[in-house]
This record gives sequence, structure tokens and C-alpha cells, in this order.
Amino acid sequence: MRAFTPFDGLVAPLDRANVDTDAIIPKQFLKSIKRAGFGPNAFDEWRYLDRGEPGQDCSRRPTNADFVLNQPRYQGASILLTRDNFGCGSSREHAPWALEDYGFRALVGTSFADIFYNNSFKNGLLPIRLPTAAVDELFALVAATPGYRLKIDLAAQTVTRPDGTVLSFDVDPFRKECLLNGWDDIGLTLRHAEEIRTFEAKRRSEQPWLFSEVA
Amino acid sequence: MPKTLYDKLWENHVVRTEADGTALLYIDRHLVHEVTSPQAFEGLKLAGRKPWRVSSIVATADHNTPTEHWERGIEDPVSRQQVETLDANIHEVGALAFYPFKDARQGIIHVIGPENGAILPGMTVVCGDSHTSTHGAFACLAHGIGTSEVEHVLATQCLLQKKMKAMQIKVEGKVGAGVTAKDIVLAIIGKIGTAGGTGHAVEFAGSAIRALSLEGRMTVCNMAIEAGARVGFVAVDDATIDYLKGRAFAPSGEEWGHAVSYWRTLVSDPGAAFDTVVELEAATIQPQVTWGTSPEMVVAVGGSVPAPEDFADPVKREGIVRALEYMGLVARTPIKEISVDQVFIGSCTNSRIEDLRAAAAVVTAAKGRGKAASVRRVLVVPGSGLVKRQAEAEGLDKIFLAAGFEWREPGCSMCLAMNADRLEPGERCASTSNRNFEGRQGAGGRTHLVSPAMAAAAAIAGHFTDVRELV
Repeated sequence: MRAFTPFDGLVAPLDRANVDTDAIIPKQFLKSIKRAGFGPNAFDEWRYLDRGEPGQDCSRRPTNADFVLNQPRYQGASILLTRDNFGCGSSREHAPWALEDYGFRALVGTSFADIFYNNSFKNGLLPIRLPTAAVDELFALVAATPGYRLKIDLAAQTVTRPDGTVLSFDVDPFRKECLLNGWDDIGLTLRHAEEIRTFEAKRRSEQPWLFSEVA
Repeated sequence: MPKTLYDKLWENHVVRTEADGTALLYIDRHLVHEVTSPQAFEGLKLAGRKPWRVSSIVATADHNTPTEHWERGIEDPVSRQQVETLDANIHEVGALAFYPFKDARQGIIHVIGPENGAILPGMTVVCGDSHTSTHGAFACLAHGIGTSEVEHVLATQCLLQKKMKAMQIKVEGKVGAGVTAKDIVLAIIGKIGTAGGTGHAVEFAGSAIRALSLEGRMTVCNMAIEAGARVGFVAVDDATIDYLKGRAFAPSGEEWGHAVSYWRTLVSDPGAAFDTVVELEAATIQPQVTWGTSPEMVVAVGGSVPAPEDFADPVKREGIVRALEYMGLVARTPIKEISVDQVFIGSCTNSRIEDLRAAAAVVTAAKGRGKAASVRRVLVVPGSGLVKRQAEAEGLDKIFLAAGFEWREPGCSMCLAMNADRLEPGERCASTSNRNFEGRQGAGGRTHLVSPAMAAAAAIAGHFTDVRELV
């Protein structure tokens, strides 16, 4: 995972609540056994007018001009402004893979579903929770200002508006550390392999029925 | 201090805790299917790592598998490659149990785990699937996880997790005839919303939950995620223990006795404190039907589709407008006037033997009326090979076939339509699955979530109908 550095990015607004992971990446694309290449199919059913299937050349498909991400002013956006409960539903990590592959580096919204929130951090995608009033205001500013950008600094835990207003956000120190450094958390956990082995041995002696072996 | 069941399950699995409270949680059971595991196995291999404890793995192929013409294999080459990748990965690393495509015990991962006794009280269970919460029915801490976490669990046997808040959802009293576990959980979601349980571990409690079979409890816990809760569970009681006795991977002999005495402690202590308590009265719960594109958009069968002006919040109002448009519905339409094109009875929510019995009982009560001519197709998809054979031994397949329903092979099928079973654009479906999201059952498809009994009733009437008037 790449380290998360401060950046300044164009903001695209997705003004609806409860955007589920089926909408972010429909099921037919989950048949892939790869981690990459999901970007062209992010929001497939909203973005295109035809039926999406794996393996299509998406640059030749008819696009839905009404869908916000297809509007010329939002091309190149790297920050997605969202509403309540973004990423609800299926645990598919293909959702953050698709958003990241599309070009998003951060999501700014009021709330995120638990599994999606967690999956995002594993993929260098930062979900930022802000109070409803701040998010409402951002939606209004983005609508009123073509080319609206935000500065995001994870180390400082700030979102800075072009007018200089600084919005602070909370993030777990552990997740923050991993994302800032681009750490592989498996490597981190394996540093505690001895503790895991000790725990496991104790558990095996106390509840041997949990450890049935391959027949 | 009195502890909640969540406290006990949590404390029992903490290997270590970081300064900010992030814990390494030991994982007892790892359920694996073909869709969310290939990238994890690949990652493991690329990093030169080995699985920590392969005897924790129970695996099957379910999402991509066809539900008919098994003799033809998997015709979609992309689906076939994914299933074959699972076969290859499990053959390479091993597993406690693997039920591949066409195996007699193959089925939906959340059905085969419990029915083989591979899910035991007090376990931590993970699976790269949000409906892993199902296993909370056995007083397990069962988390749906992403693929990076699948790889993390494979490599370390642990999950990085922060303790959540504790929520108790109490359903007291007795539900009326014709009201099922599905109606209870849909009513809960209707009350607290799809984000109501976010950040919480939910314990389902109260006499109405106690009165449910383990199948019913699985239905309730399965949909905890639809209320935003990653984990949901029910305390151990006699029903839990009776269910497990004699199952393939359950302990036996002297070990059984030790296990049972431990399992009996897996209840919240009297006086234990919850961060949030939600109460429902069972007697007021009616058969439920979702009308929109989120599980919280749900009403009783006797009700009507709401109107945007019923809601003050502008974001919510806009959501209602969009849902009405997607669903092709007009505000204030009575639910019973909505006709259906397809019916789906199946999924990890409602494909167990009790669900199929409930659907068959409605067909029998309709005295030979069978599927309405206006309904294009009724799919009955058992949750596993074992459920299928049990149903056939009871003659349920004959009842369904005589009514014009289709009797299929086990799998996830039209719950998420990764295989050939899907809705055509604009088609409307009464479905016993768990999600009514846009496009979930096929691009442009319109899903209404109901119980198996209500689905069977809709298949016969051709539109939603109160199953209590039919039985």
C-alpha cells in the first residue's frame, strides 16, 4: 500500500444517502480474480446506459450524461463528497478497489458503513467523517463553485477549504499510522507471532473442541 | 461487574491490545468462498507466507455456481475460473472441510457451516462476506470482512478490531401466527434504520427471540448487517445445544459435556449495561414487505407505499423520490395491489429446511391453486445439498413442482445474481433474500423482501397478499 501524503484535489459530489457497495461495483465484476482494473466499472449502472459485463472496453460504452461523475466539471476528481451510510451492504473490497482505481484518494461524508470504512484504510483510501452541517455546506460550495478543491492532510487530521476554513476530523491512531506509512498490517501483526502462538496453545488446552483437525 | 455476552466473547479472544484500543482478536473459524478469497490467497503467495492454521478453514463454492444443469458444469468461463481458483487454492493449502461445486454437502457458506457443526458457541468466525453475522445465532462473534482481512486472517489467525459499542435489541412477547423471524428482523430494521446499528455489536434478546428455532435466529442475525451492525448474536440456551448435538464437527463423548458447561456461560449477566437498548413488542409485528431500495424502506403488508412528503429530512425525501422512481411505484399504493413477475425463495437468509417447510405449507394451504399465471417464474433454491435432500425426503419438492415452482440446486442464486438466475430490467420480485438495492438481483430489477411464507403467498396470488388470510 502506498503511503498517504497530503494532497489538494478536485471534489465531486454524490448527493444521496445509503450508497451501497452493489452500486459502487456491481456483482458481475466480482468474478475477477485480480485486485486491479475495477475503476472503469465504478458505479457502472449509474454511469453507463448499457448493461455492463466484464471484459468490455468501457471507453466505447454509452454514458449517462445525467450521472454526476460524468459531468465535465468533475473529471479528474480525487475526493468524493458523500452522504450518510456510504458503502453499506456487501463486504466486497472490490468497492474501495474500484474507487481507488477510478482515482479517488479520499471520501468526505457524514458516516460510512463499518466494513467499507475498514476496507478503505487497507487500500490507501481515506474516509473522512465530518459533522452534517459541514458536509451540507460543502455540498453547497461544490455546487456553486466550478473546480472546487479541498486540501487533505492526514497527519494534521485536517480538511482545508479554499477560503481557508479548516475542518478537523477524527481517525484511530493505529489506522492513521498504518496509512501514513503505507504499512502492511500483516507484517505488523506477525511481529507478535509469539504472543499469538501462546494464546492459541492456551485456547487449545482449554477448549480442545475448537481445534478439530483435518480428518 | 456484570458482563454482556459481547464483553465475554471479546475478552475471550484478545491476544493483545494497542495503545488506542485496537486489538488482535484470535479467529477460531474461517469460512471461505470463491469470490472474496482469490486475491487473498494470491497476496499470501506473493509475500511468501503460509496459512497459519488451515484446520480453521471451511470452504465451499456458492456465489457463482449454477442452480440447474449441473451436468454441464459452469458455462460462464469467468465464473468457472473463479470456482476453479478456489479448488486449486484449497487443494494447495488444505482445510478442515471443503465442499466444492457438485459435492453432496456443497451449499451457501452460511448454511453449510452451522449444519455441519463447524460453528460452535463462543467462536470468533470470519468470512469475506457481510452475512457472516448469521453465525451469531450460536453466540459467536461473527464478522464479515474484506479481502485484505481474509489475507490477514489466513496469515496470522487474527483480526485487527476495535471493540464496538454494545446494543441490545429486545423483542418481548409472542408473534402472531404467520409472523416469522424474517418479519421480526425487517421490523427491527424499519425501526432503527440501515445505519441504526453502525459501530455496534448487537445482541438480539427477549422472549420472542428465545422462542425462535436456531434457523430463525440465523435469519435474524443474518440481517444484522442490514441494520448496519457488523455482528449480531443471540445467547446460548437449550435450543442452541440441542441443535448442535450429533453434528459432524461438534464435540462428542466427554468433550461434549465440558463444551456444554462452558457454552452455558455465554449469556449476558443480569444487570449488564448496554450502550443502546431498543425494544419491540412482538405482538405488534405484522408480516413485512419492503417497497423501496433499502431494507429500511419497509411496511406491514396491510400498509401502503409512503409518499416523499411524509418525511421532513430533505436527503431522506430525495431518497424516497428516487426509490419510488426506480421501483416503478406510485406513493400511497397499497402493498397488496403490487403484482410480481418473479418469486425467489432462497439465500443465506431463508433457504434452510424450516424456510422451505413454511413456503410449502402455504402452497398446500392454497389447495392446488399453484403459481399465478401472471408470475413468470418461481425459484426455490435450497441452501445446501443436505437441505435439498431433507426437503426431498419430506416431499417438499413435489409440492413445489406441482404448484409450478422450480426446484433448483443449492447456491446463492438470485440473491445477488452472480450466476444465470436474475431479474430482467423492470421485473418485480418477491424475494426471501436480504437486499433490495438497485440492481441487486439483476440490472434494473425490482426487489421486495419478504418471508418465505409471504413469498409463496405472492407466487400464488400474483401480488402481495397477507399470508394469514391464506393459511
